[in-house]
Amino acid sequence: MNKKNKIKISVNGKQMQIIPELSMRNLITKLKMPVNKIAIELNKKIIDKKRISKIQLKKGDKVEIVHFIGGG
Amino acid sequence: MIDKKFKIANKNFKSRLIVGTGKYKSFNECAKAIKTSGADMVTVAVRRVNISDKNKARLMDYIDPKKITYLPNTAGCFTAEDAIRTLRLAREIGGWKLVKLEVLGDKRNLFPEMIETLRSTELLTKEGFKVMVYCNDDPLMAKRLENAGAVAIMPLAAPIGSGLGIQNKVNIRIIRRQTNLPLIIDAGIGQASDASIAMELGCDGVLINTAIAKAKNPIQMAEAMKLAVISGRKSFLSGRINPNLFGLASTTNKGII
Repeated sequence: MNKKNKIKISVNGKQMQIIPELSMRNLITKLKMPVNKIAIELNKKIIDKKRISKIQLKKGDKVEIVHFIGGG
Repeated sequence: MIDKKFKIANKNFKSRLIVGTGKYKSFNECAKAIKTSGADMVTVAVRRVNISDKNKARLMDYIDPKKITYLPNTAGCFTAEDAIRTLRLAREIGGWKLVKLEVLGDKRNLFPEMIETLRSTELLTKEGFKVMVYCNDDPLMAKRLENAGAVAIMPLAAPIGSGLGIQNKVNIRIIRRQTNLPLIIDAGIGQASDASIAMELGCDGVLINTAIAKAKNPIQMAEAMKLAVISGRKSFLSGRINPNLFGLASTTNKGII
């Protein structure tokens, strides 16, 4: 795809270029994240993981993907 | 004497020792220490995944949440809003409702910000969370947390990670007298004897991270803590003798030559 057609989003504070209307599921797959071990926020709203195929990403979207790490 | 079950929010736990999963050299060491400690509940934190290193090891690959209860925490949160956002995300990862609330007020001493902690406890309880609350050792605030719906009161022994041991035994004993909720010492334990003292004061459990993870031999320290908690609990249940200022001979004078 032509670079011009790509849109910018932010994932965990880092800029990413994706094709327009990429689904959240495809983003997660592209990042090789295991869905059952993460939680996702889109523009500060938690996403129901069952619905990620239906969510299409738009220019300027802010995605946060979190998981569990060691802590006290 | 048969001990009552260690129960939090209607769930039974085998071990009265809860272990933190931070600060270990590796996930492997962390998993080994947990196994040796006998803990069946561990605290975990919620953080961003590293999107540039997709093959990086994950905690959940080493500690199976089906076998060990994960207790998500709010480490690094300074407001109720931060804490609630973090725990909602934790719940979304896999349905966790039993959580450890920790709202800090000062980056240096890491003491809990109790006004925000109380507000968070109320809000989270309303949302259906079962909130175990890290708090200071103030009996009045402990009572307010209980009234706000906390499922466990978790006062500090000393600042997080300090290893100073229990600084205010009197307050811990007063909190013990006033509440039937699980009372768990969270933060400040340095060595096995500190854990025993916590249990001898009548606490229901102890939560330890740094004292195990940063010991020279974390696996052996995990075992020491396990034994200390069991020992302290048995000592508490056995009913100690009254302390005397003067000596009382163990051997009778009857028949002395």
